[in-house]
Amino acid sequence: MRGAVRVWQRNFESWKRFYRASLVGNVLDPVLYFVAMGFGLGAFVRPIQGEPYLSFIAPGLLAGVAMNTAAFENTIGSFVRMEEQKTFKSILMTPVSIGELAVGEILWGASKSLLSGSIFLILIRLTGTWGSPLELLNLGVAFLVGVLFGSMALCWTALSPSYDFFNYFFTFVVSVMFLFSGIFFPVEALPAWAAGLAWLLPLTHAVDLARALHRGTWDASLLPDLVWMLVATALFLWLAARLLERRIIK
Amino acid sequence: MLASETPLIEARRLTKTFGRRTVVDGVDLEVRRGECVGLLGPNGAGKTTTIHMVACYVKVGGGELRVFGLDPARDARDIKRRLGVVPQEDSLDPDLTVLTNLTVYARYFEIPRAKAAARAAELLQFVQLEERARDPIRILSGGMRRRLALARALISRPDLLILDEPTTGLDPQARHLVWQKLRGLRQGGVTMLLTTHYMEEAAQLCDRVLILDQGRILAAGAPAALVDEHVGREVIELHDAGALAPGVLERLTGLSDSVERAGDEVYLYFRDGRSPAAVLPLLERAAFAHRPATLEDVFLRLTGRELRD
Repeated sequence: MRGAVRVWQRNFESWKRFYRASLVGNVLDPVLYFVAMGFGLGAFVRPIQGEPYLSFIAPGLLAGVAMNTAAFENTIGSFVRMEEQKTFKSILMTPVSIGELAVGEILWGASKSLLSGSIFLILIRLTGTWGSPLELLNLGVAFLVGVLFGSMALCWTALSPSYDFFNYFFTFVVSVMFLFSGIFFPVEALPAWAAGLAWLLPLTHAVDLARALHRGTWDASLLPDLVWMLVATALFLWLAARLLERRIIK
Repeated sequence: MLASETPLIEARRLTKTFGRRTVVDGVDLEVRRGECVGLLGPNGAGKTTTIHMVACYVKVGGGELRVFGLDPARDARDIKRRLGVVPQEDSLDPDLTVLTNLTVYARYFEIPRAKAAARAAELLQFVQLEERARDPIRILSGGMRRRLALARALISRPDLLILDEPTTGLDPQARHLVWQKLRGLRQGGVTMLLTTHYMEEAAQLCDRVLILDQGRILAAGAPAALVDEHVGREVIELHDAGALAPGVLERLTGLSDSVERAGDEVYLYFRDGRSPAAVLPLLERAAFAHRPATLEDVFLRLTGRELRD
């Protein structure tokens, strides 16, 4: 798996050249959500589960922003590298294998999620919504969310004939999860059938974990969430490597 | 070279089918250490697919392929470790500078940083890009990009260099510079497998060429020997056969070894012993060219369009 590290390093090298432009999005995105949802909308919303609205949504938003970051990086970003820049082809002409290439790409997406998550945590700190000391572990959630959604995104990339197909991914996968995974309201507020469906969304479990770490209410009841995420991550990671191989190596 | 030495590439009845289309159809290929072998053919002949199978980028469809004596299906990593590939399309990394294109590529081969830096500097000098080390890729000309792609393929000191149409799309100056570099490498003992649809390129660079059309090898051998064998020594090209007086074409045919017709153009081939001199008086008013035979004649000959033999 050293090849995966080399692929990651290549993306980092590229990022270093353009990081200013890239960081603007990483910083501005969470700030906008915070201001609009927390301060704007939050001013009209009653406390939820005993928490001010801003504090209620902050951990979930962190997971949501981490999802967006990886989803973007491993769809548009990976697709550009694969189709336009021929970066994948160049890499595959070296000892690096296609499995390592897939893992390197996903780890890169997850690293950017980690970066987004870090910036978000700073924001949480600055706005006084920092909860328990366990909150720091949300960096781990951001990274795990990155690997999971980066893997899902790369699966989609491997299946996409053109950029247009990413619209489906963002509408039916990313937006749905962003809205219905318990970031903005508790999933239990939905009708029972809808809450059941929400349980099928991977981000729901990430939001549960992030909120528990925020509140410091970490206990065994969260184990199913963690296992759910780890299993889904392993599955999609494996699938992404397979689909990419099927697309590229004829 | 020892006769018992394993060839770097050994292909027997190699085939590849995409859907219903057979792209490579029973190719035998052998490349020995120190050789420069060319796959010559028009677009769609199966050249790129063949070298992609060697580079483990396309799975072997049928037949047998060994690269460095290894099986691409099982030992892709060990094969790729020893290969340097210059792909057909521009695949330099546009996000990186000239220099980092080389050093980042070196990392894929696990070449230590200091060694990679030294090697990159040396190669930039070799391809005459040392002044451009810090430039972004997008401001380089086509010729510079191709030379950089060559340097990139050489960063791991490959045992075998694969070049897919190394000069397609370059202007004559840039092409000659690339040829000069490749000849230098050949003299240095680098083994090369290249594809081209320029006959002149194959004649200039290759010890042996394989002429491919529609996935099949039509002929193989040293460029000069192929020319001798298939068309002879000299050619007279007539550019407007329609303008000849009636009966002249038939008389010309009788005086040459073989004739080929393509539209209004007629090619008369002369082997040893027959002299085109006898033909020249008959051509007084016709537009013609008298020149040595080339690989291109062989190619046109083998891919059809013959009037008669």
